[in-house]
Amino acid sequence: MKCQHCEKPATFHITELTKPEGPKVVHLCEEHVREYLSQGNSPAGTGALANMLAKQLKLEQTKEHLAALDKKTCPVCNITFAAFRQAGRLGCPYDYVCFESDLEPLLVNIHGAQIHKGKRPTRVAGSPDQHHQLIQLRREMRDAVAREEYERASELRDKIRELENEPTAEKKSPPEA
Amino acid sequence: MKLEELADKCSEWLRGSGPESDIVISSRIRLARNLAEFAFVRRANAEEKNSIAKLVRSKIEIAMDGHELVYLDVDRLSDLDRQFLVERQLISRELAENEGSRGVAIDLTEQFSVMVNEEDHLRIQVIRSGLDLNRAWECIDRIDDKIEKELNYAFHDDFGYLTACPTNVGTGLRVSVMLHLPALVITREIDKVFRSLQKLNVAVRGLYGEGSQFMGDFYQVSNQITLGPTEHELVANVSEVVPRIIDYERRAREFLVNEGEKDLHDDVSRAFGILCTAKKISSEETMHYLSKVRMGVNLGLISDVEMVTLNKLFVHTQPAHLQKLRGHELSVTDRNIERANYLQEHLLPKHNQGPTNDPNSN
Repeated sequence: MKCQHCEKPATFHITELTKPEGPKVVHLCEEHVREYLSQGNSPAGTGALANMLAKQLKLEQTKEHLAALDKKTCPVCNITFAAFRQAGRLGCPYDYVCFESDLEPLLVNIHGAQIHKGKRPTRVAGSPDQHHQLIQLRREMRDAVAREEYERASELRDKIRELENEPTAEKKSPPEA
Repeated sequence: MKLEELADKCSEWLRGSGPESDIVISSRIRLARNLAEFAFVRRANAEEKNSIAKLVRSKIEIAMDGHELVYLDVDRLSDLDRQFLVERQLISRELAENEGSRGVAIDLTEQFSVMVNEEDHLRIQVIRSGLDLNRAWECIDRIDDKIEKELNYAFHDDFGYLTACPTNVGTGLRVSVMLHLPALVITREIDKVFRSLQKLNVAVRGLYGEGSQFMGDFYQVSNQITLGPTEHELVANVSEVVPRIIDYERRAREFLVNEGEKDLHDDVSRAFGILCTAKKISSEETMHYLSKVRMGVNLGLISDVEMVTLNKLFVHTQPAHLQKLRGHELSVTDRNIERANYLQEHLLPKHNQGPTNDPNSN
């Protein structure tokens, strides 16, 4: 869904419950949500969500820290923290590892928790390292093609195939009961 | 499979037969899942999206062997077909509007679907008629287990199932219940009710139509957080909140009946009259009046119309459905005419409608 004021994706969805004409939902990107919240469009009592956002935005206002953080880049998918903040979407599973300490306060703000207590996959096939390596190799191959380094790209392709077909990457599931 | 075959059928969740189905239209649960060895969808290029779609499709077909499944390449469908699937709630607007290789596996009884390359690699969803969250959870849990046997899900020891957006991480679970709350809207109590729910970690959204207006007095209640509580706790939380809303709606309906039955009876009868006689009608207007008629039928003020017929009309009078049912594309003006015809075909008592549409039942 796009932001109501620009073309960027809406990452904040606020339901206003105190409007006399009934509940109203606004969909905004990060930039416009700041504006929206600071305009006093969010009357006192709109509840936890607006407060959480306001708190989070304030948290982010320590400029120097923010500038440094924004440059942080995931070695696997190459996304910067700035790009994540802008789109509101992470680039790959490894982001949760490499941005862990930066994501934790955000998760606590959103969910009020940072530890998953629910369901877990029963078996894990292949190692996380292997998975991350695959993502990284695919990106490097894409970059190599973009630079017209076809020899390098074909080397990478072989490596990817090799990893994909490695027996440890295969599911070792017990026969169905 | 041709989508036309689906068009005339009534989705499982529209049966109107589940618990509390006078007020609760449907219970829906979705799980967001991603593959461990691929970048998230937005970060994947065309080739990667292709590989993901191919892989997921083949694995779902293995995992769900024995179910009557159909897989649609959403990127190869026409705009009309995509819109049709959105109206039927089989795919999201986001999947319809995304770019690149993407698809949906649909169970032919329309009890579950799996979207591929939406915001996450997989979005599994189960819909049931009425308030039936526990069964919906059991069902989706089983499907998830089966798919997990075939694919490597991205999972983190602390953060749980990893998702593109941090608001879905952990369980990846979204429980939502669609409610029909016309009496709370008429009595202007709806804000008060929703305000009282704010502290309970649920989000409330109105349902949109073609425009951006709230339509047909439908509201969706869902869990706000996904990380921390277990799936059972999240389901239980929504399951506890919904009966309170149902109770408020029932009391508001009772109040309307007691305080001004003639006014209410007049209002719903006029709405029914318009639907049965209009020569052209927009989908917004249709939703507005169908909503009133639905309440009228629930309160016994209108007879001769079955709930399942009304539930179906809410979906079948939407633009893409109407065009699918009529077999060709229609301009807005033609749609409004066809919509009026379609409503009258289904609302006016006919003696030749066959056994399933017996006007004397109910």
